[in-house]
Amino acid sequence: MRRYFKTLGLFWAVSVSAEMAYRTNFLITSLTTLLTLAGALFTIGLLFQNGHTPGGYSWPAALTVLGVYTLLDGLQQSLLAPNRTALTEHVRDGTLDFVLLKPVDAQFWMSMRRFSPWGLTDVAAGLGLLGYAGWRLEISPLGALSGGVAVVLGGVILYAVGFMLATLTVWFVKLYNITIAMAALLEAGRYPIQAYPAVYRTFFTAVLPVAFMTSVPAAALRGEAGAGWLLGLAVVSGGLFAASCAFWRFALRFYTSASS
Amino acid sequence: MSPGASYDGCVPSIVVDNLSKTYRVADKDPGLRGAVRHLLRRQHREVKAVRGVNLVIEPGEVVGFLGANGAGKTTVMKMLTGLVHPTAGRVEVLGHEPKRRRAALLRQITLVMGNKQQLVWDLPAGDSLRLNAAVYGIPDTEAKRRTDELCEVLGLGRDKELSQPVRKLSLGQRMKCELVAALLHHPKVLFLDEPTLGLDVNAQTAVRDFVGRYNAQHGASVLLTSHYMADITALCKRVVVIHRGQIHFDGPLDDLTTRFAPERQVRVELAEPVGAQGLSAYGVVESVDGRAATLRVPRDSVPAAVNRLLSDHRVVDLTVADAPIDEVVEKLFAHADAQGDTHADTPPDAGLAEPRP
Repeated sequence: MRRYFKTLGLFWAVSVSAEMAYRTNFLITSLTTLLTLAGALFTIGLLFQNGHTPGGYSWPAALTVLGVYTLLDGLQQSLLAPNRTALTEHVRDGTLDFVLLKPVDAQFWMSMRRFSPWGLTDVAAGLGLLGYAGWRLEISPLGALSGGVAVVLGGVILYAVGFMLATLTVWFVKLYNITIAMAALLEAGRYPIQAYPAVYRTFFTAVLPVAFMTSVPAAALRGEAGAGWLLGLAVVSGGLFAASCAFWRFALRFYTSASS
Repeated sequence: MSPGASYDGCVPSIVVDNLSKTYRVADKDPGLRGAVRHLLRRQHREVKAVRGVNLVIEPGEVVGFLGANGAGKTTVMKMLTGLVHPTAGRVEVLGHEPKRRRAALLRQITLVMGNKQQLVWDLPAGDSLRLNAAVYGIPDTEAKRRTDELCEVLGLGRDKELSQPVRKLSLGQRMKCELVAALLHHPKVLFLDEPTLGLDVNAQTAVRDFVGRYNAQHGASVLLTSHYMADITALCKRVVVIHRGQIHFDGPLDDLTTRFAPERQVRVELAEPVGAQGLSAYGVVESVDGRAATLRVPRDSVPAAVNRLLSDHRVVDLTVADAPIDEVVEKLFAHADAQGDTHADTPPDAGLAEPRP
């Protein structure tokens, strides 16, 4: 395990070193984050105008959902999307060979190897929103703890779905639209699930696990998630993670490696 | 010989038994119509890339793996490293089944590909080496010692080549750094897939010497593919020739030459020019250029032909050599093709392949 932590530290140090040269990119990304966040706050603000409470959500309660979304979006930009792109590149170039020959878990490598610091502004913005909403809602330390665990489980769902989609590159090689698909999937969780019509609510809960990524963790933070939802979150998260591992192992049986 | 058994009692590093790989590939006609048809109604066909290959490699053995492009060399190598799963047959490397990708095996093998790199492009090679050391669990001080040792042999400087971004290194320097990265964990089996590809003569020699030295120092088994015959002749006593997915020769390099180049080249420089007709009495005249000529003479007749040449003419210089190995291999392929045409259903490894001594 120590070897994995050391490897992870080096992965990220190497990635950050490679990105350090691009300072302009950092500024643009930070600016984009702030503008996107301002846009989202404005949209949500419209929903809550004149004391309106869509789906029974108060303004700070809605901010918990937006906060979880922004946090996960940061995670997606910093860790998940760069590694999904890397997997596609490795399969296309045949350099996945080198990863598969290393005595570490290849899924760990392909999920953690790249780290982009540019998503950290979103992570910070998400944490800021959650802190503000928590202060307004007077969330207890226990609520914060259970909410934190629920956010991690939501992140695992986002990771697992994205990794399974990225694994399809073993067969289809070119799947650059995964990043767009995953961004759209998470985007659906930007607003409280109760704000959607019933049909969408069912779809985003039972078919695509959008509700489990943002709304349920946000409810857990507020201490409003029932045991059933939390159990559902744990089951969906654990199930999808196990499925991503099994699908990866299955896909590698069909890996033909780019020819020399 | 049964797979797993050994020629001299020691456990072989690599045992391959009746290994086959069939790929399913989609055919696509050229042009827009072909692209649309490919999208709507894909047609597949099966390509038998490797057919019933048997191979045993002993610890410390350096084996040259020869074959034309698409002959199946790389597919075999990828099955030996566990990257590609076999369709049929059995592979054992250091007692492990490679496709299971157990860490115990991965710690003991390495793969170097001349056309692919594992070093991080934008960073100094030293960073990739540190990463590899961590992945293989090599303590920092030991990793530094090994890096220094490998760099010294390859003529790389820790403060020079290892400190520059990989993209700024020459192809030769890059390949040397790749070798350091690939051998940092002191593997027991090396799979080298055209490691000298595109390198200049000096870099080729350096890589070749390095591989030979590593083999001698660590007793590692090496399976080497290369289109540069100098690599093969310098490093490999044994060669395996694969053609259209089947092994057509497995044995000492000298035997390959004897079997497929039964004639030797006699190059002679005479004091006075003699025409092709005058030289034809000694052998088949390949070329005549003024006073210099090249003849092909059957092996058994070489002593007699040379004697007669020396007694009949004033000879300034004379050398006898085997035909270049690439010519020999070309002849083998031609022979294999001819045999394939007449014996399309010949079982794998039949024909030219011969059991090892």
